[in-house]
Amino acid sequence: MQPDSSTALDDKGLDLTELDLKIVSLISIGKHPTSGRARRAEQDGRAVELGMVLAEATGDKQNLTVIHAGDSQLEAQQAALRSYAGMGLGAVRVLQMRDSADAINPLSEYLYKHAPDIILTGVHAESGESSGMVPYLLGEALGWPVVPRIANIVSIKNGVAEILQALPRGQRRALAVRLPFIASVDNAAPAPRQSAFGPASRALMDQKVSQSDVDGVRNAWSELPARKRPKRLKVVKAKTGAARLKAATAKPQGAGGKVMKEQSAAEQAQAIFDLLLEEGVLR
Amino acid sequence: MSDTHYSDVLRRDPRAERIARNRLHPLHTTASSGGQVAEIRGPSGLLRKNPHTLGFIGPNGIKRIDRLKGNAIATNSRRGTTNTQVTLLPLHQVAEAAFTLVVVPDMVGGRLTAHDKDVLGQAHQLARAIEADIGAKGAVMLVAFGVCKEENFDKAGVDRLLLLDSVEYQGYCPEQQMAALLQVEARFAPQYWLFPDSVHGGSDLGSRLAARLGIRPAVHVWQVNTDTTICRGAGGSTDITRATPRLLMLSQECANPIDESRHEVLPVVLKSTPIISLLLEDKGQVSVDPNAIPLAEAEFILSAGNGIKNWDQFHTAAQALGATEGASRVVVDDGYMPRFRQVGASGTWVTARVYLAVGISGAIQHMQGIGQCEKVITINTDAGCDMVKRADLSLIGDSEAVLQELLKLVKVFRQQSHQGQNNVKISEKTGVKKDTNEEAENAA
Repeated sequence: MQPDSSTALDDKGLDLTELDLKIVSLISIGKHPTSGRARRAEQDGRAVELGMVLAEATGDKQNLTVIHAGDSQLEAQQAALRSYAGMGLGAVRVLQMRDSADAINPLSEYLYKHAPDIILTGVHAESGESSGMVPYLLGEALGWPVVPRIANIVSIKNGVAEILQALPRGQRRALAVRLPFIASVDNAAPAPRQSAFGPASRALMDQKVSQSDVDGVRNAWSELPARKRPKRLKVVKAKTGAARLKAATAKPQGAGGKVMKEQSAAEQAQAIFDLLLEEGVLR
Repeated sequence: MSDTHYSDVLRRDPRAERIARNRLHPLHTTASSGGQVAEIRGPSGLLRKNPHTLGFIGPNGIKRIDRLKGNAIATNSRRGTTNTQVTLLPLHQVAEAAFTLVVVPDMVGGRLTAHDKDVLGQAHQLARAIEADIGAKGAVMLVAFGVCKEENFDKAGVDRLLLLDSVEYQGYCPEQQMAALLQVEARFAPQYWLFPDSVHGGSDLGSRLAARLGIRPAVHVWQVNTDTTICRGAGGSTDITRATPRLLMLSQECANPIDESRHEVLPVVLKSTPIISLLLEDKGQVSVDPNAIPLAEAEFILSAGNGIKNWDQFHTAAQALGATEGASRVVVDDGYMPRFRQVGASGTWVTARVYLAVGISGAIQHMQGIGQCEKVITINTDAGCDMVKRADLSLIGDSEAVLQELLKLVKVFRQQSHQGQNNVKISEKTGVKKDTNEEAENAA
């Protein structure tokens, strides 16, 4: 996202200077779909971007805390986490735990203690189970509402946030939710800004070792590279050759819709209008 | 010597020959095979055919083999009287359900999607496996929220139907839906919960329920049996094989939909509507610029063909209806519309729910492009064109006049809805919205 588009957002009325908002963006280590290398995850990057825009609107960048719960000992993991910091963050907080550990308990303890107003996450992680359950489990643990797949936060007034939720087919839905809440950020949200190498390497990695149980259930699972899924075959259940030939060659005949031939243009238009209303596409 | 001579004499049996020639004779089958059987199981278990016994001798002495097995298409049947035999599929009945599997579909636009039907098919596969284990019949229950326009629940495999269409369940209300699902959990204790893993809300609702019930769900599942589940992990790059949990979120084409049986759609009623305090408030859908939506995923397309003469009116109509514009190849070639608006084989394959084709006769390339559209409406001057055969509603007449009338209707509709609406949409000018908010604050 370009810097000027965030000011454009301010013009639209996102002015939170009198608010003392505390925002937390949860980040994970992404995985490039082709090379498999550790990288900044797409959706988590968007969550950080949205958090930064909100923090900038409050006038204090320090209002945004970026947290990673997991392992960060390897160099590749460090580099991936630093690429978030390169977006203009002073520090990244790491709740250090083993790779096989369950992140929910330490995270919910931390968030309960620090009590932020808004928690932003991605929809699915790019590694591990990628079940997308983190926002829901945190919401359950903290007792906060969960808003899935948001595209933007339009305004925050009187402790109520107005949110645009991304729907399929490019549609948007407006939701109002009282603070505090947890939201997962959809791919329809503004793209994350570029990461700069210098600030990334200067950023502070604020590590905190936290205790967590090993995810025992997952140890029983076997994980392999994804197999190609078999394509669904079109099975023709014809008993005879003639019926098979007919199924293979015949044009798909619709059941035959309603044909209006003699009616006036007004009646015809009314018929279209009624159908459009019934289908709910006329809004 | 003389004996052998007599046995070599070919003796004809005119009566047997006559019967063999006459396919309608009651003794035809026995006579024509000459006492020999046409197909025999060989010693290795293979099916052996005796080609000499196949077929029959026609009236002109030529051997005929009927490979249609009595299914020959009647060529001399009268035109217009196509005998559409509706074969009634066998009814699958569950009198006493020993266990229940619950499917919560997306029901986009109030109808079961192909994804929902796949999930129902998967539910029945699981139910059959459990039935084989415990020896008692189980039922597949569908929990449908909101407006319901589906008519073929029976053919999709719904044994029990819990239809929750009261006011509380309209719009986006995951918390209310969750409360209802918890009631279902308490009353039926389903063996499995199945959700479609989709962006239409199935994945959201499934995750909420899993978090509340404390179940670790299997997500992006593509292969299930009662023991093991294979699901995609790490953004679709790995396959995780695990024990099957109680709550599954299934990807598309996980199983084949039900197609060989009917099911009794017995209604189930919840005792009461759960009343909960809602933290999420649905403010309705926001109007987005329809032409900013990619054509391939647009929901409602107004498409122009060679029959359009008044282009200004067409663009006005698209704007008034809130439809994404599409075009046939001809008008794109003629330069009336840009290339990226072309629908069809060499353009975009669209997935619109409603496709309104104006002045398009329906070349096969265009029909391929709209193959996935649910409802097709067409305005055309030619009643015999291919588009009319495909369309659900066809209007034969002048498109300009019909569009003119349609514009009038939409204008009236917009005025009425504008008057009836108190809360101002976000998409409209924020200045207006601020004023209303200030008023609310003053009132408070």
